[in-house]
Amino acid sequence: MPKTFPKGGVHPPENKLTATHKIEVLPSPKIAYIPIIQHIGAPSTVIVKKGEDVKVGQIIAKSSGFVSANIHASVSGKILKIDETLDTSGYKRMAVHIEVAGDEWMPEIDNSTTLIKDINISAEEIISKVAQAGIVGLGGATFPSHVKLSVPKGKKCEYFIINGVECEPYLTSDHRLMLEKSEEIMVGIQIIMKALNVSKAIIGIENNKPDAIEKMTQLANSYPGVTVEALKVQYPQGGEKQLIKAVINREVPSGGLPIDVGCVVHNVGTIIAIYEAVQKNKPLFQSVVTVTGKSVKKPSNFLVRVGTPIRDLIEAAGGLPEDTGKIINGGPMMGKAVYSLDVPVAKGTSAVLILPQDEVKRRPMSSCIRCAKCVSACPMGLEPYLLMVAAEMENWERTEAENVMDCIECGSCSYTCPADRPLLDYIRLGKSTVSKIIRARKN
Amino acid sequence: MDKILISPSPHNLGKDSVKRLMYGVIIALIPAFGFSVYFYGIGALAVTLTAVLSSLCFEFLIAKFILKQKPTITDGSAIITGLLLAFNVPSNLPLWIVIIGALVAIGVAKMTFGGLGNNPFNPALVGRVFLLISFPVQMTSWPLPCSSRLTNWITARAENLDAFSGATPLAIVKEGLAKGDSMTSLMDSMPSHMEMFYGMMGGSLGEISAIALIVGGIYMIYRRIITWHIPVSTILTVFIFTGILWLINPEQNADPIFHILTGGVMLGAIFMATDYVTSPMSYKGMIIFGIGIGILTVLIRVWGAYPEGVSFAILIMNAFVPLINKYLKPKRFGEVKKK
Repeated sequence: MPKTFPKGGVHPPENKLTATHKIEVLPSPKIAYIPIIQHIGAPSTVIVKKGEDVKVGQIIAKSSGFVSANIHASVSGKILKIDETLDTSGYKRMAVHIEVAGDEWMPEIDNSTTLIKDINISAEEIISKVAQAGIVGLGGATFPSHVKLSVPKGKKCEYFIINGVECEPYLTSDHRLMLEKSEEIMVGIQIIMKALNVSKAIIGIENNKPDAIEKMTQLANSYPGVTVEALKVQYPQGGEKQLIKAVINREVPSGGLPIDVGCVVHNVGTIIAIYEAVQKNKPLFQSVVTVTGKSVKKPSNFLVRVGTPIRDLIEAAGGLPEDTGKIINGGPMMGKAVYSLDVPVAKGTSAVLILPQDEVKRRPMSSCIRCAKCVSACPMGLEPYLLMVAAEMENWERTEAENVMDCIECGSCSYTCPADRPLLDYIRLGKSTVSKIIRARKN
Repeated sequence: MDKILISPSPHNLGKDSVKRLMYGVIIALIPAFGFSVYFYGIGALAVTLTAVLSSLCFEFLIAKFILKQKPTITDGSAIITGLLLAFNVPSNLPLWIVIIGALVAIGVAKMTFGGLGNNPFNPALVGRVFLLISFPVQMTSWPLPCSSRLTNWITARAENLDAFSGATPLAIVKEGLAKGDSMTSLMDSMPSHMEMFYGMMGGSLGEISAIALIVGGIYMIYRRIITWHIPVSTILTVFIFTGILWLINPEQNADPIFHILTGGVMLGAIFMATDYVTSPMSYKGMIIFGIGIGILTVLIRVWGAYPEGVSFAILIMNAFVPLINKYLKPKRFGEVKKK
């Protein structure tokens, strides 16, 4: 029996339409809109001015704290202005607008495809290079990676777990990277193992990617300490806590971090970014984005410069289908619906999903029949029906007491509800209100 | 592109709907209904149709004229209530009594609390118990097995059932023991366990055939309409509890297989106790709920005044559901024990 996490979860239709499509390089846009916050934490400080010329890979906004990240130019050209632009969550954020001219890279960047296996630098240097390169977690949370590589005093990391699960339906960027950049991933793993000072690394991959499992297993033979774990397909296995449970059967305590159970988890995309930063001096300014949907003419996996409007990606995939009902930045379970094609690709963008009209209409909700399907589907062992009622009645004390803060917002409850109740909508409301209350209490 | 929608995730929703689940339960009830018509003939058909139609009717009228809601009769839940009510009464029950039962089930037990999802007690069982208390004679005189057959070939087949002339095996045991008969002699007058398994015995119209009910239960588990927790824990508890009593004194207590095949244990455990609205939300809670039903059923059967106790046991445990939900929560991921 392949391993998986034991509690809850759902299995939505996989729809991996682009699993066999090679990653294509998308040309630079005419104007790149580079948001100055593309990560969890403090916004970065812009250090360039209007009218200035920049090169590819040049730093344009500096990290403004420990939990923050540098931002680099993804294109070369002239800075038009620094102004507000829509970001993926629908808010207006400051962004650096660069009018593209040529494609001139910073001289220290090694833009070749040659694999460099030897790791000649110390753990501290690795962490500082990762911080320099502005790398953030590409699995969805966009948490600055150098923070995760710095193991806090008093904690010990025993396992490095690599997230190659890609449990979101439709998404294939990680799958393609595992096939096309396998060696880079292996070297990246060695780099991170050195930084974390661990001897065991486990790559978790779901069974619906047999080619990736085969390739990674084959390569792992020549890299000591690295093993591959084939996992049963089950959403949300790509969630950090679920993956750790599935692979090494440890439970991250409520409110805790993976390091509390001796683990650090990184996504395969992040690992490649770390490889490139350390071995090739290349900062993070590109992203592999799956552009997909059942009505999309040419569903594809693209290597895209950060700051490219998603309009360009959709054009390259055959244009916006006639029956478009929803455009989603990310996958169907946790992605965000966007309302403009001007939204630029950010570091953490992994997919643009276009759903047809007949699939996106929410059905009207009916009374809760107490079937307990949401309770059995919740991977965190919560009771979504109860959280929804508590949030609906604005009983925030009860919402907090029922552990709303444990919710990982995977959406399994809403997915499974036969009465079409918007469980997660209310739980999110509860979560944000309760977190405000908790913050106020602490101050 | 006319309009694009914006809403929070998840953007794809599962295919389950209340309707699909409810009609799944109805499909699962078909084998038991078939057996019932086969053994009891036209009477079973008439009672079932009356119960279903009057349940639908009452729900529609109450929703429309009293609650002024949009009627929800198409969701299938009223059909289930009607079916289960019919399954819990004798097949020769006068139809006007069936209609009263449906009124109590839908009107009092379900719609008073606001309709589907809000009732604390299983509506069909409330209807049944109301009838049992109000019409004790009609509710406990079971049909003569051959009197209402559809065709002659069924009559011929059912002749060996004549010995019962109306009483259920559990009632025969209870009365016999009270008179001082030994269990061995009582058991000799009964159909064999195998015959009971198929349903060749007296009883309410839907409770007799264990095999038909089990087939329905397996179908519901396969379709993920219910989970195994409640049926298995209920049946197992009845089996173990009566098994212990039987081992202690086989002359005073019927064997455990007899107990799980007779009365409403199968029907109750598979179809009545698993009612979504009136059962607990966590697996732990479901198991405790099932054990409670099992224990109460045996207590009533062996020491109580009624020969049969499943309906009362389920209704009593229904009352404990809020308490069970409060104290038996699912185990949280990464739960930190409070010191």
